[in-house]
Amino acid sequence: MTQQTELTRPVSAATRMAIADCDIHHSPREFTMLYKYLEPRWREHLDLFGQRARQGNYSGPQYPKSQPDASRRDAWPPGGGRPGSNLDFMRTHHLDANNIALGVLAMIRPHPGGFQNLDLSAALCRAINDWQVAEWTQPEPRLKASIVVPYEDAAASVREIERWAGSPDMVQVLLLSRTVEPLGNRRYWPIYEAAAAAGLPVGIHAFGNGGQPTSSTGWSSFYIEDMVGHAQSCQSMVTSMVVEGIFARFPALRVVLIEAGFAWLASLAWRLDRNWRRLRAETPHLTRLPSEYIRNHIWLTTQPMEEPDPSEHLRDVIEWIGWDRLLFATDYPHWDYDDPQTAMPLRLTQQQREAFFIGNARDVYTPGWRNQP
Amino acid sequence: MTTLAPIDCDIHPSIPNLAALLPYLEDHWRETVRLRGMDELNSISYPARSPLTARPDWRPDRGKPAATLEQIRNECLDPFGSALAICNCLYGVQLLFSEDMAAAFARAVNSWVAAELLDREPRLRASIVVPTQNVELAVDEIERRAGDPRFVQVLLLASGDQPLGKRVYWPIYAAAARHRLTIGIHAGSAYHNPPTAVGWPSYYTEDYTAQAQAFQTQLSSLICEGVFNQYPDLMVVLLESGWTWLPAHLWRLTKYWRGLRMEIPWVDRSPFDIVRSNVRLSLQPTDGPPDSASLERVIEHLQSDALLLFSTDYPHWQFDGADPLPDGLPASLVRKIMVDNPRATYARLLEPVR
Amino acid sequence: MSRHVVAPVTEVPPGSHRQYTVKGRPIAVFNLDGEYFGMLDRCPHQGGSLCAGVISGVLVSSKPGVYRYERKGEFVRCPWHGWEFDIRTGQSYCDPAKIRGKAYPVNVASGAEVVEGPYVAETVPVRVEEDYIVVDM
Repeated sequence: MTQQTELTRPVSAATRMAIADCDIHHSPREFTMLYKYLEPRWREHLDLFGQRARQGNYSGPQYPKSQPDASRRDAWPPGGGRPGSNLDFMRTHHLDANNIALGVLAMIRPHPGGFQNLDLSAALCRAINDWQVAEWTQPEPRLKASIVVPYEDAAASVREIERWAGSPDMVQVLLLSRTVEPLGNRRYWPIYEAAAAAGLPVGIHAFGNGGQPTSSTGWSSFYIEDMVGHAQSCQSMVTSMVVEGIFARFPALRVVLIEAGFAWLASLAWRLDRNWRRLRAETPHLTRLPSEYIRNHIWLTTQPMEEPDPSEHLRDVIEWIGWDRLLFATDYPHWDYDDPQTAMPLRLTQQQREAFFIGNARDVYTPGWRNQP
Repeated sequence: MTTLAPIDCDIHPSIPNLAALLPYLEDHWRETVRLRGMDELNSISYPARSPLTARPDWRPDRGKPAATLEQIRNECLDPFGSALAICNCLYGVQLLFSEDMAAAFARAVNSWVAAELLDREPRLRASIVVPTQNVELAVDEIERRAGDPRFVQVLLLASGDQPLGKRVYWPIYAAAARHRLTIGIHAGSAYHNPPTAVGWPSYYTEDYTAQAQAFQTQLSSLICEGVFNQYPDLMVVLLESGWTWLPAHLWRLTKYWRGLRMEIPWVDRSPFDIVRSNVRLSLQPTDGPPDSASLERVIEHLQSDALLLFSTDYPHWQFDGADPLPDGLPASLVRKIMVDNPRATYARLLEPVR
Repeated sequence: MSRHVVAPVTEVPPGSHRQYTVKGRPIAVFNLDGEYFGMLDRCPHQGGSLCAGVISGVLVSSKPGVYRYERKGEFVRCPWHGWEFDIRTGQSYCDPAKIRGKAYPVNVASGAEVVEGPYVAETVPVRVEEDYIVVDM
C-alpha cells in the first residue's frame, strides 16, 4: 500500500478548487419537524402506527451501524441535533471547508419510497420535498435537492415528479436501490418516462428494503456483509435496468448510482455483454450491447472510494468505466465519508481532476452550464 | 492449445433422465417416483434448450448433452487432452423441500456417477452432491463417499437457504476438511430465495448474470463468518463464477474490514490474504474485457498466479473451438492454470485410485 | 529536532487526549495512566482528526464466536472510518507494518527544567513548580 504517514499539508479553503459533492445527507433535527408540511391525517397516522418499511424494527437496528447515527463522530452539530440536521453547521463544517460549489442532497433519513402504505409513502414524500426546498435549498443556493418519490407507486411518483419539473431547486429524482422488484421491471417505467420528460436524471441511492432477503442466498449475519452487499444488489439492479431495456425505451434517461461503489461495473459490463451475445434471443428489445447502454446512460458517485493496493489499479478501472462517468461524493456526514483532499490517490491531469471533482457533476445535474457566462 | 494435459476442474455430465436414477434409489423412493408421478428434477438454472446450456456442436439430436460416457469422451476428454476431469453433476436435488427426499436423490446421483462414469473412465473424478437442505444428512453423504478417492470435492450451489458461512453449515466443512475434500461452490440456486437481492428478474439472462453476485455474497460470508479460521486447510473452489469480479469485490471487502473488523475480530488478516490461501476459481467463463491487454490488467489485479483453475465448463457454451484459454494469458500462467494449480488445490487428485 | 512545551500536565489527565499545534502541525497528545504519547492528529487513511475519535480497547479472537476485549484505553478509533491505532506506537491494527500514524515522543519536564532550556515554549506560560508536557519534533 502506498500509504502516506503524513498526509498533504492542510490547504486553506480559499486555494482549493471548487468541487461538487453529489451525495450529502440532510435530515430534520426531529422527525416531527416534517409535520408542518404534512396533512393532519398523516401526522396522526404516523403517531399511531409509525413507519412500516418492509423491515422488522420500528426503532433500533437489525444491523447496528459502526458509529452512532452511522455518522462521523466529528459531525454532530455543537448546538445539538443529528449530524446533517443543522444547515449553519453544515455550511461551515463541510460546504465552506471543502469549497463545495454544488452539493446534491439525498434524503434517505428516511426516504419513504419503500413504505408499505403507499398513501403514506406519497404524502411523506410530498412533505419532505416541500421541507427540503423551504429549509435547505432556498436558504443555501449551493445545495440542490433530489425529488424523493413513492417509487413503489409509479403513478404517484409521476405526479410528484411533475409537481417539481422545472424547479431550479431539484436536480434529480431519487429512488433507493433495494426495491420490491428489480428496478428494470415495468412497474417502474412511468417513473423513468416522467424523469426523462422533465430532463431530470434518476438517482438511485444504495439502501432501502424491498422485503426479500438482501442476497440471493438469504440474510447475512453482519453489518459489514450488508454494506459490501450493496455492490451485489446494485449489480442485479443494473442488470435488470439494462436487460429489461429501459435505456432502449427511454433514450433520454440518465441514471446515477449513488453510494454503490463503482469498480464492479467493469466486470459486470463484460459479463452482461458475454451473456447477452449468447442469450440475445430472449431480449430482442435490446439493439445494442449491454455495455453500450451502461456507457451511455449510467453515472456513478465515487463514495465509498475504491481503495486497491496498489492504487494504480484504480486507474485501470476508471479507464474501463470512463473518466466522464464518475461524480465525486463525500456522503457527509456519514461515517464512511470520503475526504475531497485525500480520497483520490491517483495523480490526475488537470482535465481529469476537473471532470472527476466537478465537471461531470455539472454535466449531469446542470446541463448547459458550459455555455453559461 | 499447448500440449499440456490439463486437469479440467468443471465439467457437467447430465443425468439422462429421472428413470436413469431408479436403479440407484432405495425401494421406498423408487416407489415414490412411480406413485407420485415424479418425472424430472431439472432446474431453471440451465434450461434444456437455452444456448448457454450446451454448445451447438455438443448438442445431440436426441437426449441431453453430456449424458453418455461416449459424448463426454469424444467431445471433452479427448479433444482437450485432459489428464483428468472433475464431474459436477447439476441436477435439481438441492431444490427439493423435503430433506429426506433430497438426501435420497443425492445418494442416487452419486451412485449413478460412480457406477456409470467413474467405474468406466479412469480420467474422471467427481464432486459429492449433498442435500444442503439438511446438514446432518449432507455430512452422512460425505462420509458415505469419503472412502472412494475418486470423489475429490463436495458440491454446493451458489444460492441456497442461508449464506454458506453460517455456522449451521460448518459440519459440512469439518467433514470435508477431515477427508481432504475441497468445497466446490457452483453457479446455480436452490431458488429458496429470489435469485437476486432485489427479487425475481424477468429474464434468464438476468438470472445467469446474477450468479456472479451470488458468488460475491458467499465469499463475503465465508470470510466474515470465519470459516477459514475454523478450517485453515479448507480449500473452496468457485466454479463457473465468471471470476473477473474478484479484485473489485476484495477491494470493497478489505476496505470495510479495516473499519468494521470489530464485528468479526477472528478475521485477523486481509480478505485478499485469505483468498490467496483458501479460495480458487475455475477459468470458464472468463467474463473478460474485449481486448487481451485489459485482461492482462485484470490478471495483475488478482495479484496471484495460484487462483485460477483450468475448466471447460463442458457442455455449457462458454467458448468456441478447441481452446478454452482466453487470449491475454501470460505463458507462465498457462501451465499453472492447466496443471499446477489444480494439483495444488485438489489434495485427493494426488491420491492413488485403486 | 526541538523540544516543544505544549501544556501543563494537568491539562491532559490520565485517560484523556487533546490536540496541540506544534510547528504548525496538529499533534494529538494522549495520557495512558500517566504515560504520554503523541501522534500526528491526522489519520493516515483519509486524514480524520484522531482527537475526535473514541478511545477504546481492542477486540481480538482466537476463533469465531470468541470475543476478547483487551488493552482497554490503549487504542484510538478514527472518527470517520473507525480504523484502530495503537496509541503507544501509532500502528494500525489492520496493517501494522504499512499503515501507521506518525508518532512523536512526548515527555514530562519539570518547570525548572523548562525554564533552564533548551525548550520552545512560546505560547505556554511556565511556572517552576509545575510539570509540563513536552513534544519532540
